[in-house]
Amino acid sequence: MVNYIWAAMILIGFGFAMINGTMTEVNEAVFSGAKEAVTISIGLISILVFWLGMMRIAEDAGLLSKLSSLFKPFISKLFPEVPSSHPAMGYILSNMIANMFGLGNAATPLGIKAMEELKDLNGGKNEVSRSMITFLAINTASITFIPTTVISIRMNYHSENPTEIVGPTLVATAVSAVAAVLIDKFFHYRRSKKG
Amino acid sequence: MEIVSAISLWFIPVLIAFILMYGTYKKVPTYESFTEGGKEGIKLAVSLMPFLVGMMVAIAVFRASGALDVLVNWIRPSLEIVGIPAEIVPLALIRPISGTAALGITSDLISVHGPDSFIGTLASTLQGSTDTTFYVLTVYFGAVGIKKMGDALKVGLLADAVAIVTAIIVVTLMFPK
Repeated sequence: MVNYIWAAMILIGFGFAMINGTMTEVNEAVFSGAKEAVTISIGLISILVFWLGMMRIAEDAGLLSKLSSLFKPFISKLFPEVPSSHPAMGYILSNMIANMFGLGNAATPLGIKAMEELKDLNGGKNEVSRSMITFLAINTASITFIPTTVISIRMNYHSENPTEIVGPTLVATAVSAVAAVLIDKFFHYRRSKKG
Repeated sequence: MEIVSAISLWFIPVLIAFILMYGTYKKVPTYESFTEGGKEGIKLAVSLMPFLVGMMVAIAVFRASGALDVLVNWIRPSLEIVGIPAEIVPLALIRPISGTAALGITSDLISVHGPDSFIGTLASTLQGSTDTTFYVLTVYFGAVGIKKMGDALKVGLLADAVAIVTAIIVVTLMFPK
């Protein structure tokens, strides 16, 4: 499906540019988009190296498996296919915690690492597994205590109360996290019925 | 406010200090472990590049051509009927697709309407309560080489839709116009 969406976005874009006369902008967009992507990837190197290094210490010291056993009852309900002492659990939990505190920079490397462990669990296949979809759903709809970026924007624009949105954000993300789990369970149920 | 900024300020140093102290206590060769783990980071970032380039070029082309605006204007009336404020519609539609574009719209809405207005509060909540599903999908699946994504995109986008609707309801209830 991703293949179709991807090709369609580009082709529809070119089609529109022909009608709208925005071909110059589209030409620029090809290169600026590519450049931005490379800038992001390069920027990610520093973060990835630092946090994956730190987390390796945590893993070697047994901190990650401690963390997973602490939240075992809750997390094993969400990820029935992942053995509770597996390192994947530790990474999933650390990723969720980083997301809750709005630490996107720290959350991304942990999330990638969690995906890698989940892929190993799935026999290294290039197909998505049930746990991966669950993890992705929770990740995109993660519970947020402190939306750091938005608070800093609000401060820039001299909000009288920049943190006023912490409450509604917490409620909205809590509801959507529950919804994400339910949606994921529904799709899993539909798949398993199909066989 | 002070507590919140104190937590964000102290969280990372405390976490790093804790990992280092615990590692040393458990006799882990901390520096060697750090560099071993770090090596993986380089590999991951490089393998990520083609996925990000492909996705971000497609999104940039779609946006620059004007197709995204047309799509937003096309969906806007039906969302307004449901009670979603017209000013918010572009943000709600773009948030899952492009994080940078959404951040731009949020900043713009906040500067035009004021951070403490109804629209400003709603935009802030929306920005903070959903993630860029396309980006997360591209980065996470790209880095580990998942080619068949199954229901992942559908589940992610539906979860976003729920988050957006909830944010609108919560802000409307908590901050009456």
